[in-house]
Amino acid sequence: MITLKNLTKTFQNTVAVNEVDIKINKGEIFGIIGYSGAGKSTLIRMINLLEEPTSGKVMVNNKDLTLMKKKDLRLMRQKMGMIFQHFNLLWSRTVYENIAFPLEIARVNKNEINKCVLELIQLVGLVGKENAYPSQLSGGQKQRVGIARALAIFPEVLLCDEITSALDPETTNAILDLLKDINEKLGLTIVLITHEMHVIKKICHRLAVLEKGEVIETGPVLDVFTYPKKQTTKNFVKQIQSAEEQELSISHLVKKYPEGPLVLLKFIKDEASKPLISTVIRKFDVMVNILQGKVIQTNNGSYGVLHVQMIGNHVNEALSYLKSVGVIVEVITNETQ
Amino acid sequence: MKLNNIDWNMMFEALKETLYMTLWTTIITFFLGLLIGLILFLTSKKNHLLLKLTNGIISSLVNVFRSIPFVILIILLVPYTKLLVGTMLGPTAALPALIVGAAPFYARLVVIGLKEVDKGVIEASKAMGANTIQVIYKVLIPESLPALLSGITVTCVMLVGYTALAGIIGAGGLGQLAYMDGFQRGRYEITFVSTLIILGIVFIIQLIGDSFTKLVDKR
Ligand SMILES: Nc1ncnc2c1ncn2[C@@H]1O[C@H](COP(=O)(O)OP(=O)(O)OP(=O)(O)O)[C@@H](O)[C@H]1O
Ligand SMILES: [Mg+2]
Repeated sequence: MITLKNLTKTFQNTVAVNEVDIKINKGEIFGIIGYSGAGKSTLIRMINLLEEPTSGKVMVNNKDLTLMKKKDLRLMRQKMGMIFQHFNLLWSRTVYENIAFPLEIARVNKNEINKCVLELIQLVGLVGKENAYPSQLSGGQKQRVGIARALAIFPEVLLCDEITSALDPETTNAILDLLKDINEKLGLTIVLITHEMHVIKKICHRLAVLEKGEVIETGPVLDVFTYPKKQTTKNFVKQIQSAEEQELSISHLVKKYPEGPLVLLKFIKDEASKPLISTVIRKFDVMVNILQGKVIQTNNGSYGVLHVQMIGNHVNEALSYLKSVGVIVEVITNETQ
Repeated sequence: MKLNNIDWNMMFEALKETLYMTLWTTIITFFLGLLIGLILFLTSKKNHLLLKLTNGIISSLVNVFRSIPFVILIILLVPYTKLLVGTMLGPTAALPALIVGAAPFYARLVVIGLKEVDKGVIEASKAMGANTIQVIYKVLIPESLPALLSGITVTCVMLVGYTALAGIIGAGGLGQLAYMDGFQRGRYEITFVSTLIILGIVFIIQLIGDSFTKLVDKR
C-alpha cells in the first residue's frame, strides 16, 4: 500500500529523517513511535508530500508521489485523510460544514454531501452537534470532527499525527476505539504517530521506532513488545508497565526471595493458554513461587509476563523445557549453581 | 450661533456627496485592497524568483503610496484624474485619489489579517487536496473575515476624513461646505453643523462595522 524508500529530509543543517525504509500493508494500523524531535511529523508529512523529501521515494498504490504533477498530487491527496494533533478545524464553519469541507473541495454535489456528512456524524457519535461551532466543542469532540472530516472523502489511507496527545486518557481511549472500529469496518490503512506506547499497544498491528530520524526497530507489535532490542524501545515498553511493577525492583525481589533463582518468563498468548506452570511442576519436581504476573493486551494478540522463583533440583532442566516450547526465559539471579 | 441661517438643502446635498464618495471608495478599496493583500500574502516567503519579484514590487508600491500624505497625493494625481474623469472638481474627480490613498492602507490590514489565519488549517486544506483558489475563498477569506471587516471599518472611517480633505480642494461634500462656506466666510455655524454630521457618519460606520465583525466571529 505505502512504501517509503530511502526517504530523507534535511532542513538547512539538521537531518530530520534519515534514509527511512518502511512498508505498510493494506488494511493495517501502522504505528510510528519516537521521542520529541525524532522526525515523526516530518516523516508522516512526507507521506502525502506536505513536506517535500530531500531524497527518496514515496510510493502509494505503486505510484511514486515524488514524480507526480501538482494536479495529480492533489487528486491523490483527496484519497488520503489526515488527522492532526491540534484538530485544525475551521472555526468559521459548523461541525456539519467542517465535515463537508473536503467534499466541497472534491466538488461533490450538494445532495451527496448531505447524505455523506449525516452518516459520518452518526459514525463518530456527534448527532445533535451538527450546527455547533468548533469553539463550542470539547477536545474529544473536536477530534471526532477531525476524524469525520478525514473520512469524508472515502480515503484509502488515514494519516494521524499525535491525534490523542491533546486529550485526556479517557477521551484518548474513546478516540482510539473509534479508529480501531473504522479500521475494522472500512478496512482502512492507518498510519499513526505517537510518543505514547499505550496508543501503539492498544490499536497498532506493526510499529517502527524512530530515533534521530532513523528507524531503529520495526516489526509486529507483539514481537517488539516481547523482545525489544534497542534501549529506546525498551524505555518505551517500560511506559506501559504499571508503576507498581516498576517500584517492585528486581534487587528488591532478590533480597526478598533468596532461596532460589529468580526467573522472568515471557510468553505469547498461545502458550499462555496452556497449563505450562503445572506441567513444569509435575515433570521436573520443582517448586514454582509466582511473585508477580500479568497479561498485556495488544491489537495483534496478548502476551504474559511472569516473575517466578524456582526451587528444586531440576531447575535448569525445567528452564530448558520452557525455552523449548517458546517461552522467553531470563534468569535474573542464580543462587543454586 | 444662528442655526436658522443654515441652508439645510445645501447641507443635505453636501451630505449626499460625502456619502457618495465614501461609499464608492470603500467598496472599491475593499476589493482592490483584498486583491493586493492576497497577492502580497501568497507571494511572501516563496523561493520562486518571479514570485519574489512580484512581492517586492507590489510591496514597495504599497509602502510608497501609504507614506505620501493624502493632500499631496491629490495634487500629484491631478493630471491623471483629469485624464480619467475629465475634470478635477466634484465628488467623482476625488475618487481616484481617495482609492489610491486608501487601498494600500487596507492591503496592509488585509495582510495582517491573513497572517493570523491558523497555519494548521491551511495545511489541513492542502492535505485534502485543495488548490490555491479553493484555499483563498474557502479558508483564507472566511477565516480572516473578522479582521477583514474591522479593517475595512477603520479604512472607511479614514476615508470620511479623506473626503473632507478632498473637499477643501474642490471635491464637494461636507468638507468643502465646512471650509469654503463656513470657515472662509466666517459662518461658523455651518462648520459646526458639518462637523457634527461627519461625527455622526463616523459613529454609525463604526457601529455597523463592529456589529458585523462580531456577527461573523465564531471563535
Ligand atoms: N520547517 C523546519 N525547518 C527546520 N527544521 C525543522 C522544520 N521542521 C522540523 N524541523 C526539525 O526536524 C526535526 C524533527 O522534527 P519533527 O517535527 O518531525 O519532530 P517530531 O518527532 O514530530 O517531534 P514532536 O513529537 O515534538 O512533534 C527537529 O529537529 C526539528 O527541529
Ligand atoms: Mg510532531
